[in-house]
Amino acid sequence: MALGDLSSSSSTSELHVLAVDDSIVDRKVIERLLRISACKVTTVESGTRALQYLGLDGDKGSSGLKDLKVNLIVTDYSMPGLTGYELLKKIKESSAFREIPVVIMSSENIQPRIEQCMTEGAEDFLLKPVKLADVKRLKELIMRVLRESFKTTSSSSSSSLLSLSLSSSSSNVVSSPEDNTPSSKRMKLESRVHD
Amino acid sequence: MNTVVAKLQRQFQDYLVSLYQQGFLDNQFTELRKLQDEGTPDFVAEVVSLFFDDCSKLINSMSRSLERPENVDFKQVDSGVHQLKGSSSSVGARRVKNVCISFKECCDVQNREGCLRCLQQVDYEYKMLKTKLQDLFNLEQQIVQAGGAIPQVNIN
Repeated sequence: MALGDLSSSSSTSELHVLAVDDSIVDRKVIERLLRISACKVTTVESGTRALQYLGLDGDKGSSGLKDLKVNLIVTDYSMPGLTGYELLKKIKESSAFREIPVVIMSSENIQPRIEQCMTEGAEDFLLKPVKLADVKRLKELIMRVLRESFKTTSSSSSSSLLSLSLSSSSSNVVSSPEDNTPSSKRMKLESRVHD
Repeated sequence: MNTVVAKLQRQFQDYLVSLYQQGFLDNQFTELRKLQDEGTPDFVAEVVSLFFDDCSKLINSMSRSLERPENVDFKQVDSGVHQLKGSSSSVGARRVKNVCISFKECCDVQNREGCLRCLQQVDYEYKMLKTKLQDLFNLEQQIVQAGGAIPQVNIN
């Protein structure tokens, strides 16, 4: 599980996304959204299952169940057992997986929650219900992260991977008259940008 | 020009628009339809089917939690409402979602009577939507069987 080894995804140029959500409806939707955006998708129903899949659950045998390297983790925030936030923390604490961008999804637009996740190292925070435009934008961001990591010879400097300027997105927010919540929430991360 | 197909397509379009106008569906349903194509012609039907199963299951468990007045597990009810609100939002089931908003308020103040009313309403709404969407999918099937294509319907 070499950090610099992105050959499995680079050869196919398809991202492998691990999607975590306790709702079967949302799993089906996010899976389709990601597949339509030309990603490989693995869905699991809990944070615990996600850790098992990655091989981070403390069981002997560190390779886990995954057959293909995970390039992105998209997780719901409110889940029974391990919350999305707790899953995020465990991933960022892991030397093997902290490089993987983690995106949090939530149906609730709670600013302190968003800040807490971004501070912990989440790449982005999406407001549910997730739409095609959100996933497309996400994919562009992650492809950029991957391209950056190809250029970086040393895989140990995670800060250069994650500190991209994220303020340049044009707004892809699609809202209907009846929908009074924004479809996604972006945090300005200028303070985290290094040059 | 195949007038049978054209007539069915027109019927489908009008019916779908009416579902939005009457508030059964919102923009998220439109988003789901975007994800369906010739390769995945049953995607929307499959998602809503999962949603209706979810409704049934959650309503049953909340009903049990609300059953005995002296022993209501509001935490469980709140969890059920949260899940129902989430999934209804994800499929664009607008009326169901709106009942969930009121439902949550009743839960927050531990109003058992209010919760029971909301439970009944949410049951009614999801079943109503299920019937409506079944009619919509039947129209879709008729169009396909008559050799036509499902129209792209623009809801402003």
